[in-house]
Amino acid sequence: MADVKKIATRAGYGAALKELGELHDNVVVFDADLAGSTQTAVFGKAFPNRHFNCGIAEGNMMAVAAGAASMGMVAFASSFAMFAAGRAYEQVRNSIGYTGLNVKIGASHGGISVGEDGATHQCLEDFALMRSIPGMVVMSPADEVEARAMVKAAYEHEGPVYMRFGRSPVPVFHDEAAFRFEIGKGEVMREGRDIAIIANGLLVAEAVEAGELLAAQGIDARIINMATVKPLDEELVLKAAEECGKIVTCEEHSVIGGLGDAVCSFLSERRPTPVRRIGTPDVFGHSGPAAELLRQFGLCAQGIAQTAQAFVRG
Amino acid sequence: MTANEKRALEINACKVRMGVIEGTYAAKSGHPGGSLSSADLFTYLYFKELNIDPAQPDKPDRDRFVLSKGHCAPGLYAAMALRGFFPWEDLKTLRHIGSHLQGHPNMRSTPGVDMSTGSLGQGVSAACGMALAAKLQNNPCRVYTLLGDGEIEEGQVWEAFMFAHHYKLDNLRVVIDNNGLQIDGPVEQVMSSYPILDKLAAFGFETAEIDGHDFDAIEGAFARAGTVKGKPFAILMKTTKGKGVSYMENQVGWHGKAPNAEQYEIAMAELRARLAELEGS
Repeated sequence: MADVKKIATRAGYGAALKELGELHDNVVVFDADLAGSTQTAVFGKAFPNRHFNCGIAEGNMMAVAAGAASMGMVAFASSFAMFAAGRAYEQVRNSIGYTGLNVKIGASHGGISVGEDGATHQCLEDFALMRSIPGMVVMSPADEVEARAMVKAAYEHEGPVYMRFGRSPVPVFHDEAAFRFEIGKGEVMREGRDIAIIANGLLVAEAVEAGELLAAQGIDARIINMATVKPLDEELVLKAAEECGKIVTCEEHSVIGGLGDAVCSFLSERRPTPVRRIGTPDVFGHSGPAAELLRQFGLCAQGIAQTAQAFVRG
Repeated sequence: MTANEKRALEINACKVRMGVIEGTYAAKSGHPGGSLSSADLFTYLYFKELNIDPAQPDKPDRDRFVLSKGHCAPGLYAAMALRGFFPWEDLKTLRHIGSHLQGHPNMRSTPGVDMSTGSLGQGVSAACGMALAAKLQNNPCRVYTLLGDGEIEEGQVWEAFMFAHHYKLDNLRVVIDNNGLQIDGPVEQVMSSYPILDKLAAFGFETAEIDGHDFDAIEGAFARAGTVKGKPFAILMKTTKGKGVSYMENQVGWHGKAPNAEQYEIAMAELRARLAELEGS
């Protein structure tokens, strides 16, 4: 994928918000002094009267968004994943989750690829936190095309949604004209029968590359983009378990509570299947360039291929 | 207001207090103290101030009320039942399995509840979001929210106050029930939130300080709120926790405790006597 263009998924969020704003008067956007980073400023520039900076007060922002949603608005609320899912967890749970109001949380700078800012800003727990809230849809797109489609699907969905976007530019591999996004549906990127690799976010492109590395060694890996962590595409996971027998999950998240745990929980009850979870182990991150951090934690094509190869041969 | 109007409000407030006792007694739990200190405000809102219609609890231009101090649900429910949102008998199902009357207000189960609250500090933020959306929609509704003097120890409350001032939410009415007591003791001993009025003014509010058991004063404060443009309005309401039930008045222990059978009879006898006095006058 060396020659494909690279765009951060957060840019897709900003662009889609602007498109939604043009189509729908009931879209309002809240930010917490990070509008440039989360890209909601793109919407704010086009619709200054519907973009509200809440200042550095994420808890208030979430409940304000809930109040606006109770009046019939579709409220998007944005900050870094750390503060949207972490600091404001209880506001999201009680004012958005429990009420089931139409608030869409657009959280940027998720995962270790935040890079140099270090552990305080590298949110590795947001899937776990948001998954635990009844009724919350939890998603993370693999590229900018999917990000834009996801934001539009979130608008159409009735109820709370959490979307995690990334800071770093990632390859755009979806063909916009042909791509269809559906909440709760995974996407098979490559067919294969020796092992299934289920990934989301920026690790989808890495998993696809890992599939090529594995093919060169005679291992036929199925690669799945699981953009929706919740509700999980159980049918697709079950099929992968039945047809491939072994599963590797990949996410830019702690191995505790994220996509890997969602897959394991489902399979352990429905069809016990050996699984290896790739993610950050139970540790905090640290400062460094995003690409180096990803490599260090094995969140890269080589790391995925190594784990998968040992798993298949082991 | 006329003497007759005032007496009618006092009669309803007495009935609301009886509803608080009925509900918490039936639930064997709940929060009578703050429900009683806010009973006159609940009555005024639901019988005089709010543009609402129990037959159309979802009408778009209704005034909104957010009980930010959600634990005082027994008082809210009693006022709503008396106003006709649901049968009075429902109060005896408070906190029971299957009841629409949850321990804290739930907008998904009780018609006429505009926001689910209970986790302190969040309701006032939601009220700000409502007031902001109303302005965007050119909806003439006003948004009312009631907080406790302990609740305002939550930092989020001050985030919301900043927001209300920044976005010039003059359709927002914030009321703080200053009964002076919170679970662990007097507010000034647990974590003083004083001076409340000065802080509100510093946060850009137009303010009023009133006796929260005086309907003329409540009416005057809301009338003044209607004249203020470009700023949010806050009412600091001095009250007596447990007001109307002798042994509960100013007793911190009655923050979150239900009366037993004997205490229930005493409370109801006092309130019935008060009601008879009002109705006979």
